[in-house]
Amino acid sequence: MDQPRRSDIALTEGQLRNRRRRNLAIGLAVGFVAILFYVITIVKVGPGVFQPMR
Amino acid sequence: MSLVREESSTLGAASPAEYAAGPEEFFSLLKPRVMSLVVLTALAGMLVAPASVHPVVGFAALLAISIGAGAAGALNMWWDCDIDALMARTRLRAVPSGLIAPGEALYFGLTLSLLAVLTLATVANFLAGALLAFTIFFYVVIYTMWLKRLTPQNIVIGGAAGALPPVVGCAAVSGSVSLDSLLLFAIIFMWTPPHFWALALVKSRDYERAGVPMMPNAKGPSRTRLEILIYSLLLAPLGVAPWLTGMAGRLYGAASIVSGAMLLALAVQVYRNRDGSDANKAAMRLFWFTILYLFVLFGFLVVERGFGLFERWGL
Repeated sequence: MDQPRRSDIALTEGQLRNRRRRNLAIGLAVGFVAILFYVITIVKVGPGVFQPMR
Repeated sequence: MSLVREESSTLGAASPAEYAAGPEEFFSLLKPRVMSLVVLTALAGMLVAPASVHPVVGFAALLAISIGAGAAGALNMWWDCDIDALMARTRLRAVPSGLIAPGEALYFGLTLSLLAVLTLATVANFLAGALLAFTIFFYVVIYTMWLKRLTPQNIVIGGAAGALPPVVGCAAVSGSVSLDSLLLFAIIFMWTPPHFWALALVKSRDYERAGVPMMPNAKGPSRTRLEILIYSLLLAPLGVAPWLTGMAGRLYGAASIVSGAMLLALAVQVYRNRDGSDANKAAMRLFWFTILYLFVLFGFLVVERGFGLFERWGL
């Protein structure tokens, strides 16, 4: 028997709400990691990273 | 040992469970209460390391260690969803209750494991990343997949995974493994059997129904009580050892002596109360106290070392 395609599945209101919340959580987590890595880079490399190369 | 599950056929199929869970159910896969202990013990390992790092780097390393531990918990829940469904204590977890599909838990755990290990290796050093990877491997493959359903010594040997966070923390800060961090490892390693067996004494029917050979249902309650007492007798002085070796100060020393004496008293109660509700009450008291005991030991260590009391007060 064929598996139903994802596009054929009708989600309930609760499932759609949870999907939005999951997406929001993933977005926030990715944003947080990006900022964290940016700050770590500055800490490790130092503020000299902004100085133009001579 | 079979590392391939029959349910793996569900991984490719879209089931209604894949759409039901919110972020909090995924967060529950990380076993937040276990993570809080990991954060504390890893932080203690970082603070006793013979080096220091920038607070931001330390925070990122601690975050990576705790996420790695949580990811191992998610992989544990994926593999154990069949027996979790059989036990009253675990049947409401997100996977056995159908809120999260096993495949989702697997991918979630694998993704976070990879991210945590790579982050720690990048932010701290390769040794710390490798130790975290080993911790996850040990917990998921050696403990969960192999030992848990094989031998009543499962949590004794598997306890090594739970004991490694201070070593990983120390490695993250100093790039090496110090004797101090190994002493912290030994404390958690000795702590694990009385902690889990106290609970297993009360939940032995659950474990029996699930086919998990925990000490009470595999070797009997009497042998379990004796082993709890022996491990407690070893643990109590070991808990004081960080003060005796100079790793911790007098504040820690006093707390470890008092809490160690209470632990021993509760272990003796478990040994002596063998029947009826008193036996269960004694076992549950010991179970809850072991959690408090570990928080007290590592909490005092963190307070002393983290807030500079160890140096400032000449403790």
